[in-house]
Amino acid sequence: MFHNIPFIAVIVLIAIGLYGVLFKRNLIKIVMGINIIGSGVNLFLIELGYREGGVAPIFTNAPKLEMVLPTPQALTLTSIVINIAVVALMLSFVTLIYKHYGGIDSEKRRLKG
Amino acid sequence: MTLIEHAPILLIAIPLLAAFLTPIIGRINSLLRNFEMIIALVSTEFLAILLSYDVIRNGIRTYTLGAKIPGLTSPAGFPVRIILEVDAMNAFISLIASSITLIVAIYCLNFMKEQRILDKFYTLLLLLLTGMLGLTLTGDFFNLFVFLEILSVSSAALIAFYVQRGEALEAAFKYMVISSVGALMVLFAIGLLYGQYDLLNMAAIADSIQGSFLDKVALTLLISAFLLKAGSVPVHMWKPDAYGEAPAPVSVLLLTSALISLYVLFRIFTIFAINPVLLGWILAILGILSIFLGVSMALIQNNLQRLIAYSAIAEMGYIILGVGSGLVEFPSPTGFGFTAISGGLFHILNDTLDLGLLFLIAGAIFYITGKRDLNIGGLAHSQPTLAVFFLIGMGAVSGLPPFNGFASKLMIYESVYYLNPLLAIIGILGSILMLAIFVKVFSAIFLGIPYDKELRKIPGSMLAVMGILALSIIFIGLFPNLVLESIITPATKALINPKNYIEAIL
Repeated sequence: MFHNIPFIAVIVLIAIGLYGVLFKRNLIKIVMGINIIGSGVNLFLIELGYREGGVAPIFTNAPKLEMVLPTPQALTLTSIVINIAVVALMLSFVTLIYKHYGGIDSEKRRLKG
Repeated sequence: MTLIEHAPILLIAIPLLAAFLTPIIGRINSLLRNFEMIIALVSTEFLAILLSYDVIRNGIRTYTLGAKIPGLTSPAGFPVRIILEVDAMNAFISLIASSITLIVAIYCLNFMKEQRILDKFYTLLLLLLTGMLGLTLTGDFFNLFVFLEILSVSSAALIAFYVQRGEALEAAFKYMVISSVGALMVLFAIGLLYGQYDLLNMAAIADSIQGSFLDKVALTLLISAFLLKAGSVPVHMWKPDAYGEAPAPVSVLLLTSALISLYVLFRIFTIFAINPVLLGWILAILGILSIFLGVSMALIQNNLQRLIAYSAIAEMGYIILGVGSGLVEFPSPTGFGFTAISGGLFHILNDTLDLGLLFLIAGAIFYITGKRDLNIGGLAHSQPTLAVFFLIGMGAVSGLPPFNGFASKLMIYESVYYLNPLLAIIGILGSILMLAIFVKVFSAIFLGIPYDKELRKIPGSMLAVMGILALSIIFIGLFPNLVLESIITPATKALINPKNYIEAIL
């Protein structure tokens, strides 16, 4: 039970994010929802590579040979960078939409979702 | 150390490097920048032709990033590095992607001349090509995710190119929300597969997949995410906005990238092959729904690009219908299944050409009149060439002989008829409705009293690329067997024999 907590956290994070994307009308909250889904997925990747009692996978100065898996960490790093780019681009769209319409409520216009 | 050995990685590297060279050279001279971009695109096209020729003659070619010998895929019995894998199927798709980008770039040289931020526009164009080619050629799941994100970020930025219009921003935001949620679901599915098999290579996972519950969840996520990127029916809502608001040449590229997502979908589908009959039926029914919804929504549109976008949904329905009903017969599609799949793949090529031509004509109409709606009238008096091109595109899209749409749609109809006659009948009705819609558009734009306002002249290069598209439509329509035998049949064989794809890696 206890070691399942990270996976439960992943599910909760993804659910919160999807709720934000699907049901919130404020565009910034939609962007936040996407960022939260991204964090959930990143946590999932990190959790996949975790080994009980493992050290950081730096081969040259590791105290022992039991390491956490390096591949998921590399994947997570890449995915964090991509997420930053995506969120930055979306926030810049939100800024421009705000400048153009004077509001960021999605219900008031054609844009839905 | 020959060129052909390194062609797969060069296909991705050349547009990527050229993308970041473009703004630097653009600082010096804009003519030089255009020259550099065209050189990069022409060399990509050349490499794609070379690679396709080699792959169709000599079989699958793999490229291992970072290995001493590019062909050395799995030194320890399982693949550890990122591997690019090219068979006849993805060579065909990469050929389409690079040719259509070259055509669009030449069209843009004059179409976009007045815009200010051309350096960034061309950078994004080349990045979009990088994303498309990477998505096509890669054999590694995480790589797939990275290229998917490159594709969505650059296409979202291109959709929002007319920043001063609020609708373009909204369309770009919508596209970005949908595609980033889709991409995160892809990443989640990759995590699920990695957690079970400790592998990221597509072929290696396909070799050891068990079909457990988690596998099915992962596969469902992957398939729905790529259907979302392709814009099939339940998740089509981003498509008309994005295609309608982007600059017309960009819409052509968006269309191509949607078709590439479809290719990835088919690839995942065939190499994993869990429960293919059920999934094939689901795809066929989604295809029929796409056709129905696409044509019925196109009927009521008043904006030309939006109308073509809805007919793009319908055209994509034909591809899904063809390949889906072929996959119902999956483990060994021989009779109608083979025809259905090759018809579907043939339609990928024809779809790009037909709708590409129509989008470029819509762009040209916008260029000369500054209008996006259908209330123009009488353009045929002053622009007879454009009217002829439109007639060719119209005939091809609605599947009239002697154009290329007829050849592929006939293959789809006759093979789908064996699966279920009703599906074929709905497909044919969709085509007839499509013809009706475009006849209406033709009379609204080109017929009637001559257009009275001042018209700009269409530059020769724009007319030339539209002419190339129109000529290839007629050529493929007149000699479909030539194309079928040389490209489509090898591609279909590569797609339906996933064993070769898997064994080339292991």
